[in-house]
Amino acid sequence: MKYETIIGLEIHSELKTKSKIFCSCENKFGSKENTRCCPVCTGMPGSLPVLNKTVVEYAMKMGIALNCKINRVCKQDRKNYFYPDLPKAYQISQFDIPLCEKGYLEYYSQGQKKKVNITRIHIEEDAGKLIHDSIYGGTLADYNRCGVPLIEIVTEPDLRGALEAKDFLETVKTILQYVDVSDCKMQEGSIRCDINVSIRKIGETKLGTRVEMKNVNSFSGALRAIEYETKRQIELVESGKSVDQETRRWDDDKGINIVLRSKEDAHDYRYFPEPDLCPIVISDEWFNDVSVSIPELPNAKLFRYINELNLPEYDANIICLSLIKAKFFDECVSLGANAKTVSNWILGDISKYLNENNCELNETKLLPQYLFEIIKLIESKAISNSSAKKVLDNVFETGKHPEILVKELGLIQNSDEGAIKELALKVISMNEKSVADYKAGKLNAIGFLVGQAMRESKGQANPQILNIIVKELLDNM
Amino acid sequence: MELFKMTAVELSTMLKEKKISSVELTNSVFDNIENIEDKVSSYISLNKENALEQAKTVDKSIANSEDLPPLAGIPIGIKDNICTKGINTTCASKILESFNPPYNATVIEKIHNNKLVITGKLNMDEFAMGSSCENSYFKKTKNPHSLDRVPGGSSGGSAASVSACECIVSLGSDTGGSIRQPASFCGVAGLKPTYGAVSRYGLIAFASSLDQIGPLARNVSDIALLSNVIYGKDNNDSTSVDYIFDDFTKSLVNDVKGLKIGLPKEYFGVGIDDSVKNAVLQTAKSFEKMGATVKEMSLTLSKYALPTYYIISSAEASSNLARYDGVKYGYRTEDFNNLSSLYLKTRSEGFGDEVKRRIMLGTYVLSSGYYDAYYKKAQAVQKMIKRDFANAFQEFDIILTPVSPDTAFKIGEKTDDPLKMYLEDICTVSINIAGLPAFVIPCGKDKNNLPIGMQLISKRFSDDLLIRAGYSYEQENCIWDEMSPSLLGVK
Repeated sequence: MKYETIIGLEIHSELKTKSKIFCSCENKFGSKENTRCCPVCTGMPGSLPVLNKTVVEYAMKMGIALNCKINRVCKQDRKNYFYPDLPKAYQISQFDIPLCEKGYLEYYSQGQKKKVNITRIHIEEDAGKLIHDSIYGGTLADYNRCGVPLIEIVTEPDLRGALEAKDFLETVKTILQYVDVSDCKMQEGSIRCDINVSIRKIGETKLGTRVEMKNVNSFSGALRAIEYETKRQIELVESGKSVDQETRRWDDDKGINIVLRSKEDAHDYRYFPEPDLCPIVISDEWFNDVSVSIPELPNAKLFRYINELNLPEYDANIICLSLIKAKFFDECVSLGANAKTVSNWILGDISKYLNENNCELNETKLLPQYLFEIIKLIESKAISNSSAKKVLDNVFETGKHPEILVKELGLIQNSDEGAIKELALKVISMNEKSVADYKAGKLNAIGFLVGQAMRESKGQANPQILNIIVKELLDNM
Repeated sequence: MELFKMTAVELSTMLKEKKISSVELTNSVFDNIENIEDKVSSYISLNKENALEQAKTVDKSIANSEDLPPLAGIPIGIKDNICTKGINTTCASKILESFNPPYNATVIEKIHNNKLVITGKLNMDEFAMGSSCENSYFKKTKNPHSLDRVPGGSSGGSAASVSACECIVSLGSDTGGSIRQPASFCGVAGLKPTYGAVSRYGLIAFASSLDQIGPLARNVSDIALLSNVIYGKDNNDSTSVDYIFDDFTKSLVNDVKGLKIGLPKEYFGVGIDDSVKNAVLQTAKSFEKMGATVKEMSLTLSKYALPTYYIISSAEASSNLARYDGVKYGYRTEDFNNLSSLYLKTRSEGFGDEVKRRIMLGTYVLSSGYYDAYYKKAQAVQKMIKRDFANAFQEFDIILTPVSPDTAFKIGEKTDDPLKMYLEDICTVSINIAGLPAFVIPCGKDKNNLPIGMQLISKRFSDDLLIRAGYSYEQENCIWDEMSPSLLGVK
C-alpha cells in the first residue's frame, strides 16, 4: 500500500454522576422530554452554574488512568455559538487550561503494543437534543440532556489505520468502565467521537491536510468511516486533486460522509473565561485520594496476563474487556489455580452461562473460591470433567460449596484401582461378544465396555483408570 | 401623615408599635404612585394586589405579636432585571417583554423571608446598559428633581422611585456605576457592595464579573437594614463569597476619628464640573472637621479604567445576551423562514440600539485575532488597577471621589453621542473593575438645585466602614431635608 492513514480522535464520554454538571437535576437517560431540567440547565435569564465536584473527580480519574498531567489549577471557559439545542448559546467547556493534558495510552492492536499520546482531557456540558417531528412539521427541543457532564479526550495524530483506531477506542472504553466513570452505552450516545483523518505516502514525514468527521456513534462505525474517508482522500490525491480542510458528517446508514462546513465557514467560538465560575483548584489530598482509587487498568492487566501468566492474547483480551471477569480471574489465580485452566472455564462454561442468563459474573452465586475448588477436585481426580460442569451449573443455581454439591449429587469419582478392576471384570463377564470382537481385532469394542462400566458405576469411576484396566484385562485374556 | 415620605427605620418602629399597619403604609405608597407616576415613570409594572396581600399577612403577624424581621411590612421596589417568580421581569427590553420567571432570585427569596412588601418592578436602561434610563424599551423615567432631566442609569427607576417616595427602599444593580450615578442624580443613598457579597443568582446578567445587586434608600440607616437582608453567601452563586459580614446597624455610629481619607487627584481633573468638584471637596473638609485626616493622593491607572470596563463588560454581555434567540422564551419574530432568519430577525427586532452596540463591541473584542489585543489586555489592566487600589488602601481607609462628572442632564442631551454617555461612568467603573464596595450619598446641590453625590470607596469587605462614614456624614450634615424633590411638596 502506498499510503498510510493518520488519525487523531476526539472522544466525548458522558460521565455517570448522579446529578448534572452545573445543577442538581438528575443525570439520567431516557425520561419524558423536558422533565429533567431546571432554570440552570435550560439557561433561564439570571440562572447561574455551580460546578459538580464529582465531575472533576471523574475526569481526574480518567486523566490519571491515561497518564496525564493534572493541572492543579484550571479554569472553565465559554464556547460561544448559536444552536437551538444549546439554550445559553454557549457551552461551558475548557479552553487553554484543561484539567488534564500531556498523557499517553499503551494498548494492544493486532498483536502489537502501541502507544498514543493524549493531548488533553477536559470537562464540559452536553447540549440538548433536537427532534425533527414529522407530525408537527417542525423541530422540537428536548433539554433533558443539557448539562449532562462530558469529558472530551483528545489524542495526538498517532493512530495509523482504522483497525488501530478501533482497538484504541475499545481500550479507552474499557478504561472508562474500569475507573467507573461512564456507562459507555453507545446506543444511548454516552460515548461518541469526532475523527480527524489525513493520508500521506508511506515514508513521508509531513502530515497531510486533515478532514474532521463528526457524528460517529459506534466503534464499528468509526472503522467504516475511517476506511471510507481514507479511500476518498486517496482517490482525490490519485486523480491529482487536493484534500480540502473541512468538516464532514458521517452517515453510517448510507456509508458515506458529506461536507458539513469548509475551513472558511469554521466557527469562531470566541472562547473566554467563564465569569460565573471560580477556578478549579485541586488539593494534594484530593489528588492523592483519586490516585489511589484507580485500579490496575485493562492494558496493564493485558500485558501482565500475556507476559507473566502466559495466557494467549485472545484469552487475555476477552478477560480484560470486563473488569468483573478480570477481577474474578485474578482472584482464582491468586488462590493458586492455573491461569490457563481458569481462563478456559471463564471463556467456556462460565461465559456460556452468563450469555444464556444475560447477567454479569458478579450477579451470580459463583465465587472465585468455588471455581478454584472445582478445579482442585478435577486435578485430584475426585470428579470428572463432565461432573465438574454439573457442579458448576449447580453452584450457579444454589451457591453451595462445590464439595457439598459433589456429595449431594453423588459425583465423587472412584479412582480405587481394586474397585475399578472388580467393575471391569463384571462388565467383561457380561459382554462376551465384545470381548470376542476385541480379540478379533475390533479395538473400538473397548469403548463399549468402558461405557458399560461407567454406566454401572453411575459415572463415578475414573474413566482414565478404567480404560487402562479394561485394556489390561482384555490383553491378558 | 404622609407615610410614604418616611424612612424604613421610622416606619419599622411605628409598625411594631402598632401605630400604623403595613396595609395603610402600602396604600399610602400606592396613593403617591397614583399621584405622581405619570410624571416620574419609575415603574415598568406594579404589583399592588400582591403587595396588599403581603402587607395583610405582615399585619396579621404584628397583631399576633409574632417576632418579625426589622423590615417586615416595608414597601420595596425591585429593578426589573431581578427575577421575581410570577411577576414579569423584562430588563426593560422588548425581547423579554413577556418573560415571567419560573423562579425567584436569591435576593427576592430573602426579601420574602424578611417580609418586605414588593411594590413593583422598576425601570432601567435595557439590560442595564446606559447611564440615563433612556434606553428602556418601555418608557423614560424622569428625574423627580427636574422632570425634564434624566434620573441617571441604569438603575434610574430604582433611584427615582426612592427619591419620589414611590417606595421606601429599592434594589438596583451596579455593573459600572448603575446604582451610584442615579443615586447621585436623584439625591438618594446607594450602595454598591463588594463583588461577591450579594448573590447574583436571579439577576439577569449584563457583565457577570462586574454585576452586583445593591440597596437604595433615603438615609444611611435604611441602607444598613436592607444590606442586612441581602448580603450573604449563596450556594447557587459560585462567585458569592463566604464572608460573614457583621450586622450593619452596628456601623451606624457617628465616628470617623482617625480615619484616613484619600482624594485621588485624577478624579478631580478636567471634565469634572466645578460644582461637583467643590461639593465633594467641601465634604472632605467636613470629614476633616469630624476628626478624619484627608490627603490628596494618586490612582495613576484611573484613565485606563473606562476602556478596560467597556471591553470586559461588552465581551461578557455579548455572550450573556446570546441566549435571547427567540427559541425558548421572550420575543420571537413573527415571520422567519429558517433558523438564521429566526435568530437575525428576533434579535434585530428585540434589542435596542445600545444593546446591539455593546453586543457588536463585545463580539469584536472576543473574536479570534482580536482577543489578545483587547480582552486579554483588558484583563491584564484589570489586575493592575486592582493592585493600584490595593496599594492605596495600604495607606488609606477610604477614598473619596465625585460620582459623575456632572449633575443630572437633560433628557435627550447625550443620546446621540454614545461616547459622551460612556464618560458618565468615568468615576465609577474602576470600582467594579476592582470588585470594591462603594457608597454614594448626597453632599449638596448645584445652581440648578440638582443633587450632587459623593462616592466613598473602601477595600474589599469593608462595606461596613462605608456605612459608618456615610452615617457620620449624614449625622453632621442635614442633607436629607434638601433632597426631597419639590414635586412632593415640603416635607
